[in-house]
Amino acid sequence: MSGVVGTRHLVRLALRRDRVVLPPWIIVLGVIPAATAGLYDQLYPDQAGRASLTHAMSSNPSLSLLYGPAFDLSTAGGFTAWRYGSLIALVMGLVCVFTVTRHTRQEEDTGRQELLSSAVTGRYASLTAALITAGLTAAATGLVSAVAMIAAGLPPAGSIAFGLGIMLTGWVFSAIAAVSAQLAEYSRTANGIASAVVGATFLLRAVGDAASDLGWLSWLSPIGWASQLRPFAGERWWVLLLLLAATGVLAAVAYRLLPRRDVGIGILPAKPGPPVGAPGLRSPLGLAWRLHRGLLTGWLGGFAVMGALFGSMAAGIGDVVGDSAQAKEMFQRLGGASGMVDAFLAAISSIYGMIAAMYAVQATLRMRTEETGIRLEPLLATRVRRLRWVGSHLVFSLLGSALLLVVAGVATGLLHGLRVGYVSGQVPAVLGAAVAQIPAVWVVAGIAVLVFGAAPKYVMAGWSVASLSLALALYGPVLQLPQIVVDFSPFAHVPKLPSAAFTATPLLWLCLIAVVALAAGLTGFRRRDVG
Amino acid sequence: MDNAISISGLNKSFGSTKALNGLDLQVATGEVHGFLGPNGSGKSTTIRVLLGLLRADAGSVRLLGGDPWRQAADLHRRLAYVPGDVSLWPNLSGGEVIDLLGRLRGGLDQKRRRQLLERFDLDPTKKGRTYSKGNRQKVAIVAALASDVELLVLDEPTSGLDPLMEATFQYAIQEEREKGRTVLLSSHILAEVEALCDRVSIIRNGHNVETGTLGDLRHLTRTSITAELAGHPNGLSSLADVHDLKVEGNRVRFDVETHSLDKVLRQLTDVGVRSLTSQPPTLEELFLRHYSAEASAK
Repeated sequence: MSGVVGTRHLVRLALRRDRVVLPPWIIVLGVIPAATAGLYDQLYPDQAGRASLTHAMSSNPSLSLLYGPAFDLSTAGGFTAWRYGSLIALVMGLVCVFTVTRHTRQEEDTGRQELLSSAVTGRYASLTAALITAGLTAAATGLVSAVAMIAAGLPPAGSIAFGLGIMLTGWVFSAIAAVSAQLAEYSRTANGIASAVVGATFLLRAVGDAASDLGWLSWLSPIGWASQLRPFAGERWWVLLLLLAATGVLAAVAYRLLPRRDVGIGILPAKPGPPVGAPGLRSPLGLAWRLHRGLLTGWLGGFAVMGALFGSMAAGIGDVVGDSAQAKEMFQRLGGASGMVDAFLAAISSIYGMIAAMYAVQATLRMRTEETGIRLEPLLATRVRRLRWVGSHLVFSLLGSALLLVVAGVATGLLHGLRVGYVSGQVPAVLGAAVAQIPAVWVVAGIAVLVFGAAPKYVMAGWSVASLSLALALYGPVLQLPQIVVDFSPFAHVPKLPSAAFTATPLLWLCLIAVVALAAGLTGFRRRDVG
Repeated sequence: MDNAISISGLNKSFGSTKALNGLDLQVATGEVHGFLGPNGSGKSTTIRVLLGLLRADAGSVRLLGGDPWRQAADLHRRLAYVPGDVSLWPNLSGGEVIDLLGRLRGGLDQKRRRQLLERFDLDPTKKGRTYSKGNRQKVAIVAALASDVELLVLDEPTSGLDPLMEATFQYAIQEEREKGRTVLLSSHILAEVEALCDRVSIIRNGHNVETGTLGDLRHLTRTSITAELAGHPNGLSSLADVHDLKVEGNRVRFDVETHSLDKVLRQLTDVGVRSLTSQPPTLEELFLRHYSAEASAK
């Protein structure tokens, strides 16, 4: 047992380091299902609506793609497990991956591992401690969700099956991260490999559940197993054995790989970079491309998938909402009154805009990261002018966010058009609705630039502006806040295409506000101290 | 144009802290000028003002005949800068950073780049996040020295380099001097400045305490001697260049000006030497000794 000596201390250290990061995840992931279960009775009060729900939902492949197979939606528990089971398993998987990497590979990256290894700790102590920490996190999440669901009045058997499903998928992904931590030389790569595996298992389940002839695919995925456990729909307890076995096998692989490598080195060698700069790397824009391309590509992929999902869902939105007057009213408040489908398209276009604003803020704040990371100083000590440098980053926050909206609009219009057999009409209509959000996104980006230029210490306020704009436009109408408060959000002013008529005036005003904020931010940056 | 850098009466405050308080600095074209001061004395702030990164509150600042705040980008074509704390982009290799910075300055001498990489023993294929502090410093040094510029602004460039690499660096700076380049070398290590610089400016608390050639500053370069003698030391106190003499039985401790070392050592060996250590004074000691009175008068 000398290989794991010291594990207890390392677990305590890990739990202490993560005492702020992990509890919120445990609580949020644990409580969401029980909270939804409470809403079920309000959304579907009558017995007839509940009975028809299972058939309506399971006949829509895009819903199966997103949520998994609908086994039995006639009870609050069955509905909750369907609606949240695989999404929570996905997030739980990512939380476990990052936790394991943080306490294994990242410790080696920073050199802290050497310090620990020189003390009385066994060869396997760090890996064991990381697995125990992630495992405890998953167990706590499963426990919270089971207890909360039982407390909300759901059947104990289903609640316990649901909780165990969350816990054991967390364990499988912890073991996957334990393997990737042995393979990769840097924590970023280790996280990348393991997250890609998590994403791939979600995709396998999604395709397997959506395409009726490929159902076996979801049996290759731990996330698929979590839904095949069928909580609240005739639990199949033996599926838990699959999850346990996968955890055991993967962990064993990690323990076998560990002694085959040196501390700080991965089984897969790190790729060296090019010894000389490519010809394109000769301007601030060339550098900005290198700094932003990964982020932008990720967001573009996300927007394409999101657009395709919502687009394929749009035509069947009437079934999804069913007889729920409340949900119908919510969509109409967000998206305008004429026709459920158009209201839905308008509402999701608005949501695209709000999410694109998050990217715009993230890309803008990259400038502050460069500045505080003292990577800006050496650049400004060359012949690069300040405004040219800002411009190279704004290309990504302004044009990048516009591109995201174009991609989401085209993807939504295309999939919706294919489903209703009218691609040539739906693509321009939905694209127009998405593109109409651009001025509002630019207002948020402009304010972020203004804070960066004029009050760089408070640059995080950029996030507050984006979140507030989202919250006011999304929940303001539902919460029936006074219009004057909702109007603070730039998204409240965008015409609700395609359900409402197009009006240019508010868009021109938004553009003007964005330009003024940008100009003020640029002037501020030109005049202030750097660093 | 005689002076590459000309600063007079420079003030700069950050909130209520006065970082620079009437600083003067003249660097003649073609000289290697040492910019010496303890940590936190305002060296980096001065350099940032010179680079147009910070705006001066008061005073006049001329760099290569221009205004560093208004004409920053134009003047920067003619200089290269090595920051004291180098941070690299994590996903760019060292070679990419060297080429990027060189191209942004207006061109890189490929032959010199190859030569410097070899001399500094730097692997250009490693990614930014994997370099140690010393190697990050080398990336910035190679990028600066391989650029074709008139002025090198170096802010504590050798922090993090091992002694062997420090020697390589000193050799490279000698070459730059022979090419007629002007160098501003900030440091808190007296020996480094002594080895390289024609003239030295010493600052403390944001203003100058001393400027001159190394000869002018000879009184700063005393050697501290501690010795155990065979008998009682005689006549040391009468020598003109011996300072701060302390005698405890057969043990002596004193500072001596370098040009009198020979004479003093002869005196010691006449008595008989059992053990002897000598060391150059640290900058901190110098400041304590020479400027503590001035600081307490303030």
